[in-house]
Amino acid sequence: MTLVRVDRRQALATLAASLLAPVTVRAAESDPSMKPPSALYLQARTVLANGREIRTARVTLDLPRLAENGNSVTLKIDVASPMTAADHVRTIHILSEQNPIATIGRFHLTPRAGRAFVSTSVRLATTQNVHAIAEMSDGSLWEAQAESVVLIAACIDGG
Amino acid sequence: MRPARIVVPETAKVGEIVEIKALIQHPMVTGHTAAGANTEPRDIIHTLTVTYDGAEIFRADFMPGIAANPYVAFTTVATVTGDIVFTWTDDKSEVTTAARTLRVP
Amino acid sequence: MKGWRTGLAIGLALAVWRSSPGLAEEASPSLHPATEYLSTGMKAEQADLARNRGMLWVDQGAALWRQAQGVAGKACADCHGEAEASMRGVAARYPAVDATSNRLLNLEGRINQCRTTRQQAQALAYESNELLGLTAFIAYQSRGLPVNVATGGPAQPYVEAGRKLWNERQGQLNLACAQCHEAKAGHKLRGDTISSGVGTGYPVYRLEWQGMGSLHRRLRACQLGVRAIQFDQGAPEYLALELYLASRAAGLPIETPALRR
Ligand code: HEC
Ligand code: HEC
Repeated sequence: MTLVRVDRRQALATLAASLLAPVTVRAAESDPSMKPPSALYLQARTVLANGREIRTARVTLDLPRLAENGNSVTLKIDVASPMTAADHVRTIHILSEQNPIATIGRFHLTPRAGRAFVSTSVRLATTQNVHAIAEMSDGSLWEAQAESVVLIAACIDGG
Repeated sequence: MRPARIVVPETAKVGEIVEIKALIQHPMVTGHTAAGANTEPRDIIHTLTVTYDGAEIFRADFMPGIAANPYVAFTTVATVTGDIVFTWTDDKSEVTTAARTLRVP
Repeated sequence: MKGWRTGLAIGLALAVWRSSPGLAEEASPSLHPATEYLSTGMKAEQADLARNRGMLWVDQGAALWRQAQGVAGKACADCHGEAEASMRGVAARYPAVDATSNRLLNLEGRINQCRTTRQQAQALAYESNELLGLTAFIAYQSRGLPVNVATGGPAQPYVEAGRKLWNERQGQLNLACAQCHEAKAGHKLRGDTISSGVGTGYPVYRLEWQGMGSLHRRLRACQLGVRAIQFDQGAPEYLALELYLASRAAGLPIETPALRR
């Protein structure tokens, strides 16, 4: 027990010293190695596709490259669509590769939107790719993906 | 009824595309089991529906991945003077409604 | 045990930052609102009142302002009228020494004094949505106005007590507030950037809290970060610190409701 205490004091002294020494900082944290997409995500994607091809086009996903806190990351999605009765976006799905639940939300639009646009704030458990998949009135699927580096989401101070 | 905030332009011309933004106070408890933590059961707003002059123009299904105090923005084409009515429903079946009138002279 | 791990985490994070290549920037000696240390995205989110989630609490406070409460059955508005006029500039003058009781009161304390003596209602708890709402609503009436607290006369001993606490090393990491917020302002600490610690936007919506919180809650977080003994919200030590912070921040604009990481 005594040994532990000494170690601990020394460690604390070192930590305090390191905190006060001149510190070199980077503008942004570098990408940690990206984990492969979770099985849950792959499954959610398969269910959503239901045999249809998901093509990478027409969707723009605006997600901050660097999320300061994974508790709330504001994103914007735009889809190139005339939004007419005959040709419009029916649903925009947001999928996460690493969250405990792959589907973050679904947004159902009508031609009355005038523009295929939605913005919301999401939780990101960790650095990952987020996918925006648009389901059109003709049943076709289009997507965009973006990566967000999540700076420590856990409490730094517990307060 | 929870505090909610809807921002819509006061007036718009017929055919104009207006942006609508809304916030509601809700903790969006995920119910996920964090290691070593006592987790509260899930309590999130799961559905938001929006009508304009009585007809549905927008609907959202929220999952626990939507951030606390949910924010959403979308657009609609101004047609007639009418109420834009938001209805949020959570896991405890608590319903909050809030409305703004869009005037289309 | 948890605090020990937090200390370790901070130290390790610092070690990681230091060993990585990049820009080295010495802290600027002048004070900046913490907002300046936010990303452009968060700055925009704070500025856009349609997206700033703190406004939910401001609205809640506005509703409470008009509600009759307590044995007296009076609303704040019954005595104070429209807050837009009567409360404009008030938050910029707080904390202040109350002339009748000779006690140092922050805005929360002032609101609760009216709750208990004028409305004859129960005091509102710190961090309750009601007290956060009323405080944010009143502070919002001073948004953009410069902090302007009285520091002389009866306030002086409180300012001095606050200054002493600010410069005193504390906790197992043995760090003073000033060591982080003066010497290290602008430096990274894990995912965070240390600001000048002015506290001009409180109550704030903090992403880490996923909600609104008081300045004293933030001070508790700073004390926990250095493994010091935390005071309770509303404690005399925090009130003195709050006054000292406001005296340092003189002239900076009130930003309530601000957005923080
Ligand atoms: C019965 C009348 C009455 C009611 C009700 C009342 N107040 Fe007051 N309030 C006063 C008076 C009188 C003063 C100034 C004198 C004093 O108490 O020191 C004051 C002072 C204040 C101040 C300080 C103003 C300054 O310039 O320093 C604030 C802030 C305040 N009240 C907020 C509130 C809030 C919030 C409520 C409702 C929760 C409320 N009051 C309810 C009568 C009232
Ligand atoms: C280990 C370094 C450290 C120490 C020591 C420290 N803080 Fe902080 N403090 C932080 C960090 C990190 C933040 C969050 C980022 C920021 O500065 O706004 C913060 C935030 C704050 C803020 C909020 C600023 C704002 O406007 O949002 C205030 C006020 C503050 N601290 C005051 C204090 C006081 C008073 C003390 C001493 C009791 C103290 N701090 C000790 C690191 C520290």
